[in-house]
Amino acid sequence: MKFTLRIWRQRGPRDRGRLVDYPIEISPDASFLEMLDVLNERLAGAGDEPIAFDHDCREGICGMCSLVIDGTPHGPEQATTTCQLHMRKFADGRTITVEPWRAKAFPVVKDLVVDRSAFDRIIRAGGYITAPTGTAPEAHSIPVPKPDADLAFQAAECIGCGACVAACPNGSAMLFTAAKATHLGLLPQGAPERYSRAVGMIAAHDELGFGGCTNTGECTAACPKEIPQDVIGRLNKDLLRAARHHDPGA
Amino acid sequence: MTVHNPYLVGAPLADTKAPAGPIENRWTTRKFEARLVNPANKRKKTIIVVGTGLAGGSAAATLGEQGYRVIQFCFQDSPRRAHSIAAQGGINAAKNYRNDGDSVYRLFYDTVKGGDYRARESNVHRLAEISTQIIDQCVAQGVPFAREYGGLLDNRSFGGTQVSRTFYARGQTGQQLLLGAYQALMRQVGAGTVELHARHEMLDLIMVDGVARGVVVRDLVTGAIGSHTADAVVLATGGYANVYFLSTNAMGSNVTAAWRAHRHGAYFGNPCFTQIHPTCIPPSGDHQSKLTLMSESLRNDGRVWVPERAGDDRPPGDIPEHERDYFLERRYPAFGNLVPRDIASRAAKNVCDEGRGVGPGGLGVYLDFAEAMTRLGPDVVKAKYANLFTMYERITGENPYRVPMRIYPAVHYTMGGLWVDYDLQSTVPGLFVIGEANFSDHGANRLGASALMQGLADGYFVLPTTIGDYLARTSAGEVPATAIEEAENRVTATIDRLLSIRGDRTVDSFHRRLGHLMWEYCGMERTAEGLRKAAELVPALRAEFWSRVDVPGSGTDLNQSLERAGRVADFLELAELMVIDALHRAESAGGHFRAESQTADGEAERDDENFAYVAAWEWNGPDRPPILHPEALEFEYAHPSTRSYK
Ligand SMILES: Cc1cc2nc3c(=O)[nH]c(=O)nc-3n(C[C@H](O)[C@H](O)[C@H](O)COP(=O)(O)OP(=O)(O)OC[C@H]3O[C@@H](n4cnc5c(N)ncnc54)[C@H](O)[C@@H]3O)c2cc1C
Ligand code: SF4
Ligand code: FES
Repeated sequence: MKFTLRIWRQRGPRDRGRLVDYPIEISPDASFLEMLDVLNERLAGAGDEPIAFDHDCREGICGMCSLVIDGTPHGPEQATTTCQLHMRKFADGRTITVEPWRAKAFPVVKDLVVDRSAFDRIIRAGGYITAPTGTAPEAHSIPVPKPDADLAFQAAECIGCGACVAACPNGSAMLFTAAKATHLGLLPQGAPERYSRAVGMIAAHDELGFGGCTNTGECTAACPKEIPQDVIGRLNKDLLRAARHHDPGA
Repeated sequence: MTVHNPYLVGAPLADTKAPAGPIENRWTTRKFEARLVNPANKRKKTIIVVGTGLAGGSAAATLGEQGYRVIQFCFQDSPRRAHSIAAQGGINAAKNYRNDGDSVYRLFYDTVKGGDYRARESNVHRLAEISTQIIDQCVAQGVPFAREYGGLLDNRSFGGTQVSRTFYARGQTGQQLLLGAYQALMRQVGAGTVELHARHEMLDLIMVDGVARGVVVRDLVTGAIGSHTADAVVLATGGYANVYFLSTNAMGSNVTAAWRAHRHGAYFGNPCFTQIHPTCIPPSGDHQSKLTLMSESLRNDGRVWVPERAGDDRPPGDIPEHERDYFLERRYPAFGNLVPRDIASRAAKNVCDEGRGVGPGGLGVYLDFAEAMTRLGPDVVKAKYANLFTMYERITGENPYRVPMRIYPAVHYTMGGLWVDYDLQSTVPGLFVIGEANFSDHGANRLGASALMQGLADGYFVLPTTIGDYLARTSAGEVPATAIEEAENRVTATIDRLLSIRGDRTVDSFHRRLGHLMWEYCGMERTAEGLRKAAELVPALRAEFWSRVDVPGSGTDLNQSLERAGRVADFLELAELMVIDALHRAESAGGHFRAESQTADGEAERDDENFAYVAAWEWNGPDRPPILHPEALEFEYAHPSTRSYK
């Protein structure tokens, strides 16, 4: 197959960046990233600097790959990360635009690589259960109803890729944050810290420059793991209850 | 180096740290005998942990909780992206929740036997003991393991075992376990006990009088070279399967940290022991960058077959039952499709070699769910395997609910790694190695669901005890500035050299070539003749690399070609050692099949008389033969028998 790749090149955070066209011929069985590998081999062979992009597992699970393809984070295929997107899904001969995640809280590092360390800061602010090593009770002493376990699991599937932020007109990370709050909040082990967790993570979220959620739903549409929008409702409820918990008059 | 005398033999190694006495008491005794660091002194002790996978993440979180000052590195942008995240199938634990006769002793026994009697008994028993605690710990952290309707944990069985002892979280067990460790780690980062540096690559050790005292790292964003010193250094840097270029490993997995430590005196154990996984998606073309694993749990319900007749190219649905060869069920009736990985992989390769393989290039066998769909119904199959089926369809464009999957073996895991004693300390004092980066516990063949167990056992439970003993016994002084300077100079010199060659071949072209050589001559099946050939070809390729590689860009910013160049340079040296190790071990053991050493019916033939040892290799300089230090293995409990899955 033949394509024209229109790719964002940016030397560093202070460079303005621009789109550059590259023609490419590639097998329909290649993944999107393998196509970039082939292009990079060609650039390197000609002594040019290859295009920097983030990736690692190439199995849709590490959350490291991050390309906006034709305006959509992770590209056109539903519930699919960039690394799992294959060229047979594109019409032959097309021009495909490739850009980095765009969000205030994710500054560009180089070309298609952005800095997503803000996500680690949100988790650091409460996205865990305090369970020091070696103090755990026997696993079967904490039964979890299967429906709760299944819902928690669904939320726990978030890979921390940041597509939700890149897709959101407000650059909000509510879906990511709410997924973690839901995963841990639904489990009995996570109940004691449920409200402080929600409050802590949201405070960090706001401080880090992520925008507020206005329920546009772009996040869920872009999410490769189909994290459902109702996790946001759950987080909001937790926040509301937390406010009441801490209100001495309530 | 002449091929006739590719190595020297040095003094044998004895691992003396495991206490004597009954095997079930050894770990308890060691814990009791380990000296403790006074709580007030812990914050004065600094520990460097390189790596944030299951091993490094769990270790740093635990050490931080204990009150040590921890400095940690990973090359990805976040610790949560370590390669462990990709593990699919599950983690073993001897909980006996199924009441099917499991026990710590049985897990111990299965693991020693599964490793083809090339692992240490004391270590493996400890692993089996700790396995139950791991599950408790992870559940307490909120890891959403699969549950039964009664709210209790579910289990399944995994290749090579006849009990259901594998805990799982759909096909995403590694992800969920790693997120548990990552969250515990981030809590410590928040508490200020762990100082985390993502996008930093460790490129050398800082050595003082033969003791590991710190690391030199490169900031992968700015290119800046920096140094960190500590009382002890822990490597948790994962495996080196990417020496084969195509493997199931994440793209960044590499040997650099371990290899550079090897050059400072850390012996490398059993480098040729690599595991081939039987259920991967076959390669589809030259653009291929990695191979994708389909969880082995699929073999619980999928049946493996090929056409009976060579060259039969009818679509699978047109091949009637009686013209199919369910070769695993036929050859291994007791285990059938659930035989261990090495057996399943070799059987698949054999039928493909006979011309009965399916799919492009005849490199594939069917994994068929038709029978399961009838027996269990599509809903149950979907509930069990949906995400794996979707993944398969995405990659191949074929729908496995309708046509059987095609699978083929691929390089998956490395049992070899830096040699460590019972305390997980390498032959360099102060340097500890955990998880896949060390050689321990799995012998010649790793069973499914045992790597996650080992990573977490090392990180949460073993290392935090044994490193405390080391720290309590030693008082590290100041690190002299010259030691830091020397280490930094070594790093800068290598980077400058790579950037200045400006040859005519790309880094990847060397990596692909190396991978091809290794698969061909040091892969699933090896011959002395092929290995001798590789022993000439690999050094020649290494020489060519250092004269013809072209690394574009500079060293002062994000330069992914430069990162890869350094890693490929180390792979080239490691590959030589792998070939020598494979050549010297003239027996078949586990995943390592030496064609000259097989039984009349084509099964691997082990040679306990001559090879019941760990081969620990000492670096002797480039282009000089490495030195072999054998560590004899003794089997007091699990008596070596012929592994038979018939
Ligand atoms: C697809 C797949 C599926 C698997 N499924 C299973 C399974 O079901 N059950 C099972 O038991 N095992 C499974 N395994 C094996 C298991 O996942 C690994 O063996 C295990 O996760 C390794 O963990 P680790 O912590 O040792 O290393 P890793 O998770 O590989 O972590 C390595 C860490 O070291 C860092 N690092 C490496 N080098 C450097 C350096 N020079 N400088 C700085 N940082 C560095 C990396 O950034 C990373 O943080 C699977 C493996 C694969 C590939
Ligand atoms: S919620 Fe979805 S899009 Fe957002 S980080 Fe998680 S997986 Fe990615
Ligand atoms: S590279 Fe890991 S999710 Fe895409």
